[in-house]
Amino acid sequence: MALTLTEKAAKHIQKSLTNRGKGIGLRLGVKTSGCSGMAYIMEFADEAGEHDQIFESQGVKILVDPKSLAYIDGTELDYVREGLNEGFKFSNPNVKDSCGCGESFNV
Amino acid sequence: MPLLQISEPGKSAAPHQHNLAAGIDLGTTNSLVASIRSGIAETFPDIEGHHLLPSIVHYSEMAITKVRDDEIIVGNAAKSFANQDPLNTIASVKRLLGRGLKDIKTLGTRLPYEFVENEGQGMPMIRTVAGLKSPVQVSADILKVLKKRAEKTLGGELTGVVITVPAYFDDAQRQATKDAATLADLNVLRLLNEPTAAAVAYGLDKGASGIHAIYDLGGGTFDISILRLHHGVFEVMATAGDSALGGDDIDRVIAQWIMQQAHIANDAEHHQIRELLDVARTAKETLSTQNTAPLNIKLDNGIQWQGELTHSQFHELIDPLIQKTISPCRRALRDARLTVADINEVVMVGGTTRMPRVREKVGDFFQRPPHIDIDPDKVVAIGAAIQADILAGNKPDDDMLLLDVIPLSLGIETMGGLVEKIIPRNTTIPVAKTQEFTTFKDGQTAMAIHVVQGEREIVLDCRSLARFELRGIPPMVAASARIRVTFQVDADGLLSVSATEETTGVHSEITVKPSYGLQDTDIERMLRDSLEHVQKDVATRTLREQQVEADRVINALRAALKADGHHLLKHHEFLEISAALDELLRVKEGNHVQAIKRAIEHLDEITQSYAQRRMDTAIHHAMTGHRIDEFTQEN
Repeated sequence: MALTLTEKAAKHIQKSLTNRGKGIGLRLGVKTSGCSGMAYIMEFADEAGEHDQIFESQGVKILVDPKSLAYIDGTELDYVREGLNEGFKFSNPNVKDSCGCGESFNV
Repeated sequence: MPLLQISEPGKSAAPHQHNLAAGIDLGTTNSLVASIRSGIAETFPDIEGHHLLPSIVHYSEMAITKVRDDEIIVGNAAKSFANQDPLNTIASVKRLLGRGLKDIKTLGTRLPYEFVENEGQGMPMIRTVAGLKSPVQVSADILKVLKKRAEKTLGGELTGVVITVPAYFDDAQRQATKDAATLADLNVLRLLNEPTAAAVAYGLDKGASGIHAIYDLGGGTFDISILRLHHGVFEVMATAGDSALGGDDIDRVIAQWIMQQAHIANDAEHHQIRELLDVARTAKETLSTQNTAPLNIKLDNGIQWQGELTHSQFHELIDPLIQKTISPCRRALRDARLTVADINEVVMVGGTTRMPRVREKVGDFFQRPPHIDIDPDKVVAIGAAIQADILAGNKPDDDMLLLDVIPLSLGIETMGGLVEKIIPRNTTIPVAKTQEFTTFKDGQTAMAIHVVQGEREIVLDCRSLARFELRGIPPMVAASARIRVTFQVDADGLLSVSATEETTGVHSEITVKPSYGLQDTDIERMLRDSLEHVQKDVATRTLREQQVEADRVINALRAALKADGHHLLKHHEFLEISAALDELLRVKEGNHVQAIKRAIEHLDEITQSYAQRRMDTAIHHAMTGHRIDEFTQEN
């Protein structure tokens, strides 16, 4: 089981955490909603939950609750720029299809 | 797949639900847009990497035939048209926003546009090849570009924006800013005072507590704000400033100096003046790092001139302008009941504060070097973005309470043309205040409510904001009707006034609409006048108050005499009272306060026994036909 960050993604997360002034790492997860089933959660983590799995990649702690982990195991998180827009991109091997807009997905 | 950003814990948006918010600094010279991404507040550049969007709009003939907005050229691209087509290239439009034609005329011949009075609305229009454009429309065209940039950068539609305005913007100017946003299809979460936004940017980044002065010298406006940061709460203790002073003025004095040196006539063509202003601006920027700035003038009418501007000459030209920012600083300190020693830190905002001379002079006044940590051009937009993020609901519990103040007192006109201040200057907003008023004459059934803004004691010296009437007051004896007047100022600084007669509940209200061009006077001047005229105002007020009191006494006495004067008074008493009444009528017209006061006192004295007799008669009337126990039962 693993979750990985690209160097760019790790750098940006570190910068965001430093700027925010608190937080132990990044929380990743999924929640059920949207037109195609599930959507990603990406939040600052201030504390670890009892059952959280904690990964470390490029020096950044990633926290995932066990339910979510099944859906995003093996995901690589990248930080990319597309024109003026920039942000994090999930490469999730579990995804079978996603809705037209790509904001939610199915496994 | 869309790109994601890191949210605060528990604040991840559901798919297709966005809380994208941005902060917009709609500046006189440059505008910016900023937002929060993954917890970092930053301004957004355009595709070429420019963060600052020059607040310049160029209208071409293409803009008439083509419906597409991109035929309207905004920003750097428009700048290049400024020299070749000045009449259709609108710069510094913020100075015109919410102003009437009369106000604009007082800005002088500096503005190279053709103004057309708009029948009915009083809002001036600028004639361009693409048709008549109002300052609101021009501002909207700038906002549209920023909106598009933000939406492309964030990858979605904006749900709301916070737009900053100078602390000294009056109701009309604030409303015009909101109108421009509506026209650009933006949802305004809130208008925020620029210095307050700067404080938000600094306060969040540093979390320091203390009393700070925010010195904001931009392209066209100057604001000084005294803020108290305490337990993460910003309180604006005082604001002052000058709504027509900035870097543009510095360019102008340099350009004028060049014109003198090069013997260029004052009636030079628009595009030539603009070229000179460009040379002036470059020289100003050069002098921030160099000791002299070379000047090369080559106008299309053959005039050529070469020279240089030295540091000392430069300082001689601009020091008076910098000095003009110091007296508002003094006033703000006085309003906050502070001295220079109470200020912990001084924060610099606005591109003009990059000038070393400005930093030096401000540092001298506040006796400490000013802070310049955050880019002074971006700090306001960043603060607005932080505030927008909170208002859009992207922040958890540690929400920040932001207090703002009103820049000028609000009040209503009372008898004798006097001003009764309902909400004093520098009151924190939002605020609602109620005061009770009464009728002046017997049987008065209507009351005119005249809402005014300003610091002076006399209505004529204040700015008139609105008038409305409360009708349907039941006829009563003077001073027995109770009319509650409520002033409410919302978080954006917009005012609504309502009046209610207590016994009947008759109600009337007004929201102060932009009164473009109505007796608009410079706020700076209004404040200065109020200080200069303090003594005279107080004297006038005392006189008017005595005159109003005299009128009240005269009215009451006349009514009484008419009712029972002949019946209750002996002939010689009647004559004596009439004589005293005539005397009061005579002195009331003069301006001798003491004489009026004595005449009132005299009249009061000689009518004592008459009043006593009237009272007895009234009681007698009231008790006739009743048993004495009917009056004692109550207890």
